[in-house]
Amino acid sequence: MSLAEDTPPRKTGFRFERWAPLILLGGALVIYVIVALATGQAQYLTFDNLIAILGRSIALGITAVGQTFVILVASIDLSVASLISATAVLASVVMDGSPAMIVPAVLAALVLGGVVGVTNGIVVSVLKVNPLIATLGMSLIIQGCLSAFVSNFAGEVPAAFQVFAYGEVGPFPIALLFLAGLAVLAWIVLRFTKFGSDMYAVGGNEEAARFAGIKTGRIVVLSHVICSVCAAIAGLYLASRLRSGAPWIGSDGVYDLESIAVVVIGGTVLAGGRGGIWGTMAGMLIFSLIDSVFNIAGVDSFAKQVLRGIIIVAAVAFYAIRSKRIVA
Amino acid sequence: MTERTETRGLFSRLPQINPVWVLLAALIVAIIFMNPGFVEPTGYMNFLKRAAPLAILAAGQVYVITSGGFDLSVGSLITLVVVGSSMLTNNDPTATYWVIPVMLGIGLGTGLVNGLVVCFLRVPSLIATLGMMITLNGLAFMWSGGAPRGYLPDTFRFFGRELIRDVPLVRFIPVSVIVLIVVVGLFAWLMHRTNLGRQVHAIGDNPVAARLAGVSVNRTRITAFMLSGLSGAIAGILLGGFAGVSTDVGTGYELQAITAAVLGGAQLLGGRGSVPAALGGALALTAIFTLLNFLGLPQPVRQVVQGLILIAAVALAMHRRKQTGT
Repeated sequence: MSLAEDTPPRKTGFRFERWAPLILLGGALVIYVIVALATGQAQYLTFDNLIAILGRSIALGITAVGQTFVILVASIDLSVASLISATAVLASVVMDGSPAMIVPAVLAALVLGGVVGVTNGIVVSVLKVNPLIATLGMSLIIQGCLSAFVSNFAGEVPAAFQVFAYGEVGPFPIALLFLAGLAVLAWIVLRFTKFGSDMYAVGGNEEAARFAGIKTGRIVVLSHVICSVCAAIAGLYLASRLRSGAPWIGSDGVYDLESIAVVVIGGTVLAGGRGGIWGTMAGMLIFSLIDSVFNIAGVDSFAKQVLRGIIIVAAVAFYAIRSKRIVA
Repeated sequence: MTERTETRGLFSRLPQINPVWVLLAALIVAIIFMNPGFVEPTGYMNFLKRAAPLAILAAGQVYVITSGGFDLSVGSLITLVVVGSSMLTNNDPTATYWVIPVMLGIGLGTGLVNGLVVCFLRVPSLIATLGMMITLNGLAFMWSGGAPRGYLPDTFRFFGRELIRDVPLVRFIPVSVIVLIVVVGLFAWLMHRTNLGRQVHAIGDNPVAARLAGVSVNRTRITAFMLSGLSGAIAGILLGGFAGVSTDVGTGYELQAITAAVLGGAQLLGGRGSVPAALGGALALTAIFTLLNFLGLPQPVRQVVQGLILIAAVALAMHRRKQTGT
């Protein structure tokens, strides 16, 4: 084993992995400024515009926070996109324009998220189904059930709930503050609680974690619940922003694959056990900056897609190329 | 080995049959029950014809899965091949003869890039082929300007659509079924009768051990991705013959191919996989869809059933492995 994987760590004071997300983020920011100046559009360099850029990727950010938890325990969740659609539709149908129903609707969405998360977690940890397959199957099931009942915009979100997406406190949108709060909360859980360190242990080496007395199944189920609840919140946010739920909003946003890409660009390792929440936030910022660069530069939308695919791979390669292990 | 199975009797040998064949047999019985016309050549030949692209795709996917990776890029590769063919042939029937080799080349090239990215940039194949999927989809849109136009000439659609008539025993054979037999036969031979197949299994099971045993891990992995890309291009050429030109012909095929391979007992993250069993998985998946169609169930229900089957198949495989201790 030592031949391939355990080259002794070099004692340099600078840990590349730790700073890589910031280096990438700095690079994206520099490119953004250069493109804005080069095309003579300095109006894009204001504080308000920065907030606007962030505002466009809040749903992705919330989903990615949850995705970070499952990837840290070496699992993955492909069901978030259809869960987002399902909770958005559920919430907007339950509310149906009446402010009195906001609390039941939010609870219903969160409970749905919890149930999906528990199911995913049990299938992965008890039935030992590969998480990719388990959550992919779950995604098909949710999307199928959803489109059996709903084929268009359904229900209506009352004005009082649209505050979640459109309200502002001072210069900051409420949703952005919410995302920041969620990230801080996630950071506290990962950094300072037993559950957090157990997650890193399970992700690093599940068998060793079990021998050390950690109830690994419980940790995996719990991180799946967190992920699904985050997706449910993202669904609530999108329902609030679009003023109604539709069965395609999750899959249209490609939230499943994009949230994984954001987490990985943020330096969390797909194999689990290494990474963190601030990397994910940096990944989200990088994604939205890249999108803004394309918009400012007026890149054609198809070419944008091509560049996006290349950038995702290049960003991951930026970390991975230094690793000595054999990947598949 | 033979001694043991003999002493354990006939019944203990039963579980050694890959369950996918049992599933397929049950499904076919159910289909015949629903629609007796299925035993006629028109019935089963049309079934095979419809299953051909997925079966070929699954045969390629098995290589990548057995080597320990995933190939998510084949669905959008199909789209690119169909759209690209319609742009290149430009309604000229004589163009088919050079367009098809170009498309096969695009398939191999896609696989080569996937393999190089995984091996040398060390990007996990899930992300590498995901990036390729997004990129190829974008390229298909760019090439067609967003709205694909024109039709594929009949010479191109020959492979997907035509029948060879007056064949003894079965009356007719669709060309796509012949392509299916040739390609899957070739892939099965490569996988189960040559060194390449053994090396693919070895690097999927334990890459470090394989390297120490002298296997060129990178070369084997790149070959697996190239075979998967080739299968995607062939499936695209067949699908171009069935259906019209659109920018979503390939959508969802990558997941169906993985489902088929997994139904056939291929082990995710590598080390175990069989081309004939993947063919069985692809046929079983198509049979399930056919059955749901006969039952008059709408598309959403098909999705739910596909999801349940996917989870159940893997859960069952894991259960069997725990029991047999392998």
